Amino acid sequence: MSRIVYDRVNRTFQRGGESFEALNDVSFEVAEKEFVAIVGPSGCGKTTLLRMAAGLEFPTSGSVRVANRDVTEPGPDRAVVFQQFALFPWKSVDENIGFGLKCRGVKESERARIVARFVQLMGLTGYEKAYPHQLSGGMQQRVAIARSYALDPGVLLMDEPFGALDAQTRVVMQEELIRLSRLNPRTVLFITHSVEEAVYLADRVVVMTPRPGRIEEIIDVGSIRRAEGWEKLERIEEVMDQESFVHLRTKIWKLLRAYQEGVKEAMAH
Amino acid sequence: MAAVIASRRARHGPSRREFVVLFVTGLLAFFAAWQALSMIGIVPRSFLPGPIDVLQTIVRLSYEKYSGDTLWRHLLASIGRFGMGFLLAAAVGIPLGLLMGWYRWLDDVVSPFFESLRFVAPIAWVPFAGLWFGTGIGGPILVIFSGAFPPCLINAYRGAKYVDRRLVEAAQTLGASGPRMVTDVLLPASLPSIVAGLRVGAGLGWQSLVGAELIVVASGVGYLMVQAQLNLNTPTVMAGMIAIGLVGVAIDLALRALENRINQNWGRES
Repeated sequence: MSRIVYDRVNRTFQRGGESFEALNDVSFEVAEKEFVAIVGPSGCGKTTLLRMAAGLEFPTSGSVRVANRDVTEPGPDRAVVFQQFALFPWKSVDENIGFGLKCRGVKESERARIVARFVQLMGLTGYEKAYPHQLSGGMQQRVAIARSYALDPGVLLMDEPFGALDAQTRVVMQEELIRLSRLNPRTVLFITHSVEEAVYLADRVVVMTPRPGRIEEIIDVGSIRRAEGWEKLERIEEVMDQESFVHLRTKIWKLLRAYQEGVKEAMAH
Repeated sequence: MAAVIASRRARHGPSRREFVVLFVTGLLAFFAAWQALSMIGIVPRSFLPGPIDVLQTIVRLSYEKYSGDTLWRHLLASIGRFGMGFLLAAAVGIPLGLLMGWYRWLDDVVSPFFESLRFVAPIAWVPFAGLWFGTGIGGPILVIFSGAFPPCLINAYRGAKYVDRRLVEAAQTLGASGPRMVTDVLLPASLPSIVAGLRVGAGLGWQSLVGAELIVVASGVGYLMVQAQLNLNTPTVMAGMIAIGLVGVAIDLALRALENRINQNWGRES
């Protein structure tokens, strides 16, 4: 069971003698093999939440549990895909994808077999010996995703993985991620500030508001996706044309907007 | 139009062919002026020996012994000494720098000494180098070491200190533990900086050589030059200077090639 559970998570930062609240009483869970996206404006603490599941940051109070264990350190059971790819510039595509397996002590031959499978799956054939700087942004992120999937992790944590890509590449990557997650369903926590991306990819969308970050609402997309048969549509633009998609997107937009209007009003007074 | 061309030049710099032409022209002009100056006779020959004189001296010194040996044997002795001092500086400076970058407490212990000592010019170590290590092999090595050591240490330290946090985190989430983290992430991440330090260190070490060889009795280009100076044999002094310069350039080119190669593989602009 690779469930992620956030239980009354609070996080305060100290800055210049002042403390400010980044997360306020956040509770939700990502069920086994569920795809949950968090949307919210910058500063709402969504990345902090993801880093807590990764074991790179810790709550001030409350708990974060993955697979029924408190998260105390980073580990290969919770792979992270970073916005800035974070590929090792001195390692070739092959070596980047195989690095986690090498750390785990997987035999060379076995490693080569797994790496080859993901090279093929992510459309990286012919680039095995290339270095990251020789690849486009989209290709680099494919390598980073392959590197995470190669470990066969129970949990995948993706921190705005397509945020640094141009619009066209982004769409292609979104379609590929859907394909990949149907092939290998995983427990996924996905951070984005694109509402469309969240609705297109996720089973549930957590909408957050900033300062302090808290959950505004959790929206069930999965049941609508299944009812409306989005899976049968090949292309992202076809899904985005569906009335049900537009409806959900608008609903989330309104939630985020309502918060911003609130801020504007508060500032006017 | 001319302005357009000029600004284009300024942006792109001279092409490779233009560079060769300019380089050769500059060199020829320099030697011509030098030769003319010494031939006209405004300055006495011993004050400024001409290039032809110096060249003849270099040729003669390559088969005729001066101060006990030929120029090449003196040069070889110097290079050997430099190699030992430089390797010692790298062998101590790089690990110490890396450890200081990784462990704050070590940084706090070593930095005060290091920061004040590194401003002492290598030549200033000569009296104590001779006193402590004698005029044999130890003394000159200490002087070369004191020139090459600070850049080796500082650059390794910076390399270790400013490793991209994100890469370390990525490695942690992929399951990299202690030794693997060092060999596969921390060291390669610091390598461009380490090699830059080696290059600067080699330059300073080689520069310290003449100073080092002032306290050597029997061999080395520095020794040759000191002996020649005592005999007012200025062409030989200048031959020594040229030999030192050329070897310095060769050392720098070799390390620069290594640096470029690493930067290329690391995807950095060099």
